[in-house]
Amino acid sequence: MSDNGSDFEPEITAFMCIYCAYMAADTAGALRIPYPANVKLVKLPCTGKTDTRYILKAFEDGADGVYVVGCSLGNCHHVRGNERAYARVQRTKKILDDIGLGGERLDMFFVSGGQGATFAEAAEKMTERIRKLGPNPTKVHK
Amino acid sequence: MSTCFLAYFLTEERMIVGEQKPLEEIKELIGDAEKVLVAGCGTCVAVCFAGGEREAEILASVLRLAFQVDGNAKEVEEVTVQRQCEWEYVDPLAEQIAESDVVVSLACGIGVQTLVERFPDAWVVPGLNTTFLGMPQEQGTWVERCQACGNCILGLTGGICPIARCSKQLLNGPCGGSQDGKCEIDSELDCVWQLIYDRLSRMGKLDLMLKFQPAKDWSSSRDGGPRKIVREDLLMLQEEGY
Repeated sequence: MSDNGSDFEPEITAFMCIYCAYMAADTAGALRIPYPANVKLVKLPCTGKTDTRYILKAFEDGADGVYVVGCSLGNCHHVRGNERAYARVQRTKKILDDIGLGGERLDMFFVSGGQGATFAEAAEKMTERIRKLGPNPTKVHK
Repeated sequence: MSTCFLAYFLTEERMIVGEQKPLEEIKELIGDAEKVLVAGCGTCVAVCFAGGEREAEILASVLRLAFQVDGNAKEVEEVTVQRQCEWEYVDPLAEQIAESDVVVSLACGIGVQTLVERFPDAWVVPGLNTTFLGMPQEQGTWVERCQACGNCILGLTGGICPIARCSKQLLNGPCGGSQDGKCEIDSELDCVWQLIYDRLSRMGKLDLMLKFQPAKDWSSSRDGGPRKIVREDLLMLQEEGY
């Protein structure tokens, strides 16, 4: 049972770069660190490819929460792709506030390839947060 | 890529700068309409990231989500044409526009009016505010450079425009509000007459500063009413069917 008193299990989309973020996911697997099955991973060549369109599309397709995982700041394999992604995520959070979905349904995390536990923590954190927030309001009205 | 094509490609980047309207205002403009078409423009407003293909897709997505959150789902589609300010580019939109209750144009004000003139039965509303004629000074920052006054004086001012860039549009500046090279209305804003002086000084053409400029004839600008240019040599001939 979730915190909001329902059986709601969030669906979460995580956009991640193929470098540190995906390696961290792999590390989590290799170390047998569990993370919630609510999270579905989508690989990007770099988080610099993060686009407001992809994030909104995920919400349109029914995601209850979305987050982006990139390399640690200063360690992006494409130099500053993760910083660009962060700026776009911040802008998209404002757009989500305007829409009425709430910017807190979107976030960004930074990990290095060896941080399997940090990767799992991000998944836990987002899953807990979205559980509390409840389902994507557009699904409620469908 | 041939040089010719490259030159054509580069000249495409005109720069009317716009800024998207707040979502609430766009929703109000859409009102009770059920079928919404967001129409982007692939030229000026695309290169200033206000109304191109990407922005049209984003706005359509935002509107679909926002109306769903309000419990009032609407059909929202998007389309982008290369230029909303020319008949031949907007003509292919006829069918989609006919099927829509409202068109939210992400073009500049010229594009909105082109659609209205071409499709008189369509209800077209602006999705952005046409802000100014300018340039990207650095990535993410646009600045005004021209007011289309219709009588260019850049040849007298070293290529720096006091009409667009002086807060008082002075022709014989600077005024007393110029302090340490900055304008009195904003300590971050360069006094354009300081810039003109510095440039003319560097180019050895300070004599231009001493040349008295009489009051500007604003009849070539908006004061003369809406403007029109006719080029006889470019007009279609009668036998061509126009």
